[in-house]
Amino acid sequence: MTLVLNEEEIMLRDSAAGFLAESANVSAFRAHRDNPTASGFDRALWESIAEMGWCGIAIDEQYGGLSYGFTGLGLVLEQMGKHLSVSPFNSTVLMAGSLLEQCGTEAQKQEWLPKIASGEVVMTLAIQEGTFFDLDQLSQSVTTAPDGFTVQVEKRQVLDAIAADAFLVVGRDSDGFQGFIMSAADVSVQAQSMVDARSSGTVVVNTTCGKDAQLNPAAMNGKGLTRALDQIHIGLAAELLGLSTEAFERTVAYLRERKQFGKVIGSFQGLQHRAADLFAELELCRSIVLQALRAVDSGDELGGLASAAKAKVAQISQRATNEGIQMHGGIGMTDEYDIGFFIKRARVLEHTLGDFHYHLDRFAVKGGY
Amino acid sequence: MTDLSSFREETRDWLQANCPESMRTPIRGFEDIYNGGRKPEISHPDQVVWCERMASRGWTVPEWPVAYGGAGLSKAEVKVLREEMALIGARSPLDSFGISMLGPALLHFGNESQKLEHLPPIARGEIRWCQGYSEPNAGSDLASLATKAEDKGDHYLINGQKIWTSYADKADWIFCLVRTDNSGSKHEGISFVLFDMASPGVTVKPIKLISGSSPFCETFFDNATALKKNVVGEVGKGWTIAKYLLTHEREMISAFGTSTSKKTIGQRAAQVLGTDASGRLRAGTLRSVIAQYQLDTQAFTATMERVKDEAKAGQGLGPASSIFKYYGTELNKRRNELVLSVEGEQALGWDGDEYRGGEMARAWLRSKGNSIEGGTSEVQLNIVAKRVLGLPDA
Repeated sequence: MTLVLNEEEIMLRDSAAGFLAESANVSAFRAHRDNPTASGFDRALWESIAEMGWCGIAIDEQYGGLSYGFTGLGLVLEQMGKHLSVSPFNSTVLMAGSLLEQCGTEAQKQEWLPKIASGEVVMTLAIQEGTFFDLDQLSQSVTTAPDGFTVQVEKRQVLDAIAADAFLVVGRDSDGFQGFIMSAADVSVQAQSMVDARSSGTVVVNTTCGKDAQLNPAAMNGKGLTRALDQIHIGLAAELLGLSTEAFERTVAYLRERKQFGKVIGSFQGLQHRAADLFAELELCRSIVLQALRAVDSGDELGGLASAAKAKVAQISQRATNEGIQMHGGIGMTDEYDIGFFIKRARVLEHTLGDFHYHLDRFAVKGGY
Repeated sequence: MTDLSSFREETRDWLQANCPESMRTPIRGFEDIYNGGRKPEISHPDQVVWCERMASRGWTVPEWPVAYGGAGLSKAEVKVLREEMALIGARSPLDSFGISMLGPALLHFGNESQKLEHLPPIARGEIRWCQGYSEPNAGSDLASLATKAEDKGDHYLINGQKIWTSYADKADWIFCLVRTDNSGSKHEGISFVLFDMASPGVTVKPIKLISGSSPFCETFFDNATALKKNVVGEVGKGWTIAKYLLTHEREMISAFGTSTSKKTIGQRAAQVLGTDASGRLRAGTLRSVIAQYQLDTQAFTATMERVKDEAKAGQGLGPASSIFKYYGTELNKRRNELVLSVEGEQALGWDGDEYRGGEMARAWLRSKGNSIEGGTSEVQLNIVAKRVLGLPDA
């Protein structure tokens, strides 16, 4: 496993950067924030993303994907973070794609993965209950019914719930974890208005599912669910890395141009040392994210690595965005200036499936203390 | 490939036949590291035997050319040699500033006769070197150094003082920065010169550190002489070599930030302080500080690997390398503080068997110097701010 991008990966990263800078950039995000579409994203953009094949990057060829690997997916996510791009890529490709790949039955994979790879379906993961994500605290919401299961639960922070065609609902029964594929008609959705202006909702489930909708219970209670969630944590860390790097670069650019006391403020050592230290931390983030992406592709046991990546980047994303506002001074507090978008998005991403404290705790548990 | 595997076989046989059993045991401390020199310090007579045998094959400096005492091995062959040595637990036959610092600088900047004169005795462990850089008034601002070298025809007369000269009391020769010209900017007029520490006019006084040991010295020059043929590179252009060596030294110091022990500090804390039913360390506040440290260590180690891999792939030494010295030494200080938190009173013992000679306390105190020597953390941050982030001077 080498921690360096190969030529193919660099090309993918650069072409993603080029496209997103043009078509899904921070101005596009502002337009979306000011005039959101009913679906919560731009359908034309989503189609373009699908046409470029990004949705199938990590999906196996036999299910209509490119078999390119998870590192490639991470590189695209990083660029989306950098540009604050709005699309159902996280919910559909990273979350639903990962869980189906790890825990879907063969028939479910054959039915759904090609649709994810082609971008013809919007699919999402409904797992969090209450105000925090905590896998160990999910309620017993699943009971056995004639010919299947009854599921009664309220799931929160479900990304793209409004527009989703299908849901992967994860819950518990008396024996362990259970997962089901449900259609939009099976659930009721209420929009949640979040600080980052992304589409998110509460999903109320009170329905009966047949056995064909049930994800493979052996995988859900073996390594599959953990592996899928670890992949999602790593993907989110990659997105947060791109966002934090961009916030930092914008801040350093501002330090180079803003003048006070007759000097460029970037010449003051008090600011220089804070910026240099943050640079060091971001380099560490880049390394651990790449290490985690490579570990997914090599099939290694992930242990605490996914939580390490998420915790480290979450922590530094706080610093990068807080310093971003502080070093911009008053202008950083204005809605007109873009740096505020980064801090909002950063915190929601951090809290998606476990914040810094959740992952630091899990990293320590996995480390044996 | 066949060549490499036959090299491996020969190497394995030779090591098996020539490495004394006593040199296949783990080193217990600094006293077991062999530094050579005219008056070598020896903890076991086999150290000398082992060094001589390895030197006879050029394997104390395997990648150096044969003419300079090395074996001219390729990188792949050196890797094989290291692997085969590790396989039998063979100790390094010789470690010295000559090998790690002066050698690379001479190979890069020295002329042919300098290389032929100085490199083979380094390879054979006959001459031990020290580095004369800092002065009482030239620490972080090293380029303001004032030790004067006066032109006397075929030699220089040297007057002044160096400080923090590592192992000057044990070294035979010194590579030293001196001022040969005062007229230009402070970075000009510095020369890199080699001379014998046994010369008249050189005196050395060890400095006792807060850790109780004396690895550093004050070194005084009172009309000491250095032959002109021993100026490395151009006269007055020594700053280039100084910077080259500083970069090298910083890389070595950064490695302190990566952990080599088998048990992490978290696992050690679990053993000493106990865990609850869920396996979590009972000391909750300490637990999160340890987790933070482990997290940063893992990410730092991955960064060292990434930079190495990028360089191997021909992408050059990226900007990430500029953070190593700063981050690695700060991590090492954090680790040593955590040792105190985990071990408590045991880590504060100073002397006697009960405290293993105060090993933990001494290491903790010594670590405070890591972020000062070889460029302070603050100087390193200045460098990152200016060279990497492009922020202007005040």
